[in-house]
Amino acid sequence: MIENAYQLIVYVLTLLGVYEWIYGIFQSFGIDYVLQIIIVFVEIVILFAFVLVTVMFLTWMERKVVAMVQSRYGPMVTGPRGLLQPVMDGVKLIGKEDIIPAKADRWIFTLAPFIVFIPALLVFIPLPFGKSLIISDLRVGLLYIIAISAMSPVALLLAGWASNNKYSLMGAMRAVAQDISYTIPLALTAIAVVMFTGSLSTVDIVNAQGGTWFGIIPKWFIFIQPLGFILFLIASIAEMGRIPFDFQESESELVAGFFTEYSGMKFAMFFLAEYAHLFAVSGIIVTLFLGGWEGPALPFIPVQLTSLVIFLIKTYAVIFFAMWLRDTVPRVRIDQLLNLGWKIMVPLAVLNLLLTGFIVVAGVI
Amino acid sequence: METEELLLNMGPVHPSTHGVLRFKLRMDGEIIKECNIVMGYLHRGTEKLGEMKTYLQFTPYTDRLDYISAFPNNYAYAKAIEELAGIEVPLRAEYIRVLTMELNRIINHLVFMGSLLMDLGAATMIMWGFREREKALQLFEMLCGARMTFNYIKPGGVRDDLPDGFIPKLNEFLKDMEKRIDDYEQLINENEIFLMRMKNIGVISAQEAINYGLTGPALRGSGVSYDIRKLEPYSIYPDLDFKVCVQSEGDSFARYMVRVDEMRESLHILRQVVDTMPEAKIVAQAKYGIAPMTGMPSAVSTYFPRIFAPPAGEVYSRIEAPKGELGFYIVSDGTTKPYRVKIRSPSFCNLTAIPRMVVGLKIPDLIAAFGTIDVVLGDVDR
Repeated sequence: MIENAYQLIVYVLTLLGVYEWIYGIFQSFGIDYVLQIIIVFVEIVILFAFVLVTVMFLTWMERKVVAMVQSRYGPMVTGPRGLLQPVMDGVKLIGKEDIIPAKADRWIFTLAPFIVFIPALLVFIPLPFGKSLIISDLRVGLLYIIAISAMSPVALLLAGWASNNKYSLMGAMRAVAQDISYTIPLALTAIAVVMFTGSLSTVDIVNAQGGTWFGIIPKWFIFIQPLGFILFLIASIAEMGRIPFDFQESESELVAGFFTEYSGMKFAMFFLAEYAHLFAVSGIIVTLFLGGWEGPALPFIPVQLTSLVIFLIKTYAVIFFAMWLRDTVPRVRIDQLLNLGWKIMVPLAVLNLLLTGFIVVAGVI
Repeated sequence: METEELLLNMGPVHPSTHGVLRFKLRMDGEIIKECNIVMGYLHRGTEKLGEMKTYLQFTPYTDRLDYISAFPNNYAYAKAIEELAGIEVPLRAEYIRVLTMELNRIINHLVFMGSLLMDLGAATMIMWGFREREKALQLFEMLCGARMTFNYIKPGGVRDDLPDGFIPKLNEFLKDMEKRIDDYEQLINENEIFLMRMKNIGVISAQEAINYGLTGPALRGSGVSYDIRKLEPYSIYPDLDFKVCVQSEGDSFARYMVRVDEMRESLHILRQVVDTMPEAKIVAQAKYGIAPMTGMPSAVSTYFPRIFAPPAGEVYSRIEAPKGELGFYIVSDGTTKPYRVKIRSPSFCNLTAIPRMVVGLKIPDLIAAFGTIDVVLGDVDR
């Protein structure tokens, strides 16, 4: 039974008939653990490359979706239908002067973009992209995801503080207030899902959503937890900092929020982290509520491939929703957002938890 | 915990100051304690230029006051001179003037809606607004070759008659616009977040609005039915059927709604103008009475003498521009150049009420309230 990406790589190598041979070489030197490290390294490189390509694609997709809503074309010049636009953007940003303001805290200012990028990538480790397509099925996968996500405000605060700019500072303060008040409903609704599965492992959560009721309705948690899904979606969008909750960078008020002073590649890091986060959060929503990679299996095609495609389709649907929302609604005010978080979302999340408790104890589902 | 006040300089380079305006804010965290407006970054000395130019030479400068709606500027200046010199204007010219001004009112409000929603973080409306504005700009281009700075309405008439095919294209625009306004209302007015951001924000009472000298939609949003088109009817407005749009709440949403209603009223006016347009193709009065015609052949039009001198005297003439009351005070000493040109611009007077509206609110509210005042910095700084 293949459980994660490591075993998958070993399996593929075995199928190709080279695994025994490579393993033999390493074993003859008595360093077979090096092979393990290399394979882990390879899978991480594959994951990060995949995430980065996805992020670049997402920046293109965002612009295309905005353009669609606003009856424009969007990028059309670079590559077919402007598909290479993100590459050109990257080239341009690398060529930009890297400005560090004179009064800024140089070290933290330089460090912050990297700190913001790391949690955005680490979140993907326990995220199942498909059947057995997971780096590591942590037993506390969900907790890990929430904990890692909670790291990002630290980086934003560092960036805002180190810039020594009033707009940056206010943006950073808003980001922290927002993240703290929305991580709580986020975690509370995630717990409601865990109450059904009895496990924090993301793979167990997806497996629990396999099968159908009456042969038609898939057993996704969105149907058992509609309130939880809505709360989780709103809290996720708030945590991602996208319109209607993008106070950290609300450009009409705070110029660009915490990354006002950043330019060139450091700016690009924030930008990439934002989209990596969007992808990660959409993936988490799919995993928790939309059945993850569960879906119809096709004959003759490896289940890993079909499940990956199903997962990506669902994830992109969520991403499209977030982009659509961004083009349709204005931004709420920061105090309105905090009111919504503490006075409505948290009580509703607790209520949802209570109802879930009743249902689980009654054993209805 | 020890805290200190934050002095925030918003502008002159800032995404939502609509040009070059500077707010000096004294802030307690996110709350505005004091708001000072620093203007003048776009000052071009337009009024002084008025004294340096002949009467007709100054018309293009009025285009650049409120460049979003240049026709009313042209008209206000032309009207002042007509009153000063006692010039008669042919009826068809008046119809064309009202047509252009009301069309201009619609696109001004489109830009207003777009930039307001942009300030609130919804970028879609500005694209939609500009899509429709483009059609109006194409009409203007047909009319006078220019899209923003027209120099079209001149003392004594307008520069040219309507071109062929203008009226059908205008009718098409009117029909289209009717549907579009419904679309906008559906996108915006029923949006809970938009209402949350606009209702009870930047409230100014009727009395205060009058005290601050607010005019136009900003004043009508406070429940004062004040429209110069009704109070001091000019041009052909007495013959037209339209109502003054008033909202009583005095908050940002009321000011916004006044403008949406005004767009509908303008469409109504435009349809009447198109229906009752006189056939006689005279669009300018050739005789100025005392005008000393120079022998120079005019490249622009044969209707206007390039240089003329109205009798000595002074005049204050005002109109209802899309942004409020636009007045020209002109003193003539009987020479070919005005002795003094004073411009009472709506944006300038309306802007001064901002500190009253926003103290105690938060930065996002300042942006929203400022957006609903609808200023153009070219009009503020002159």
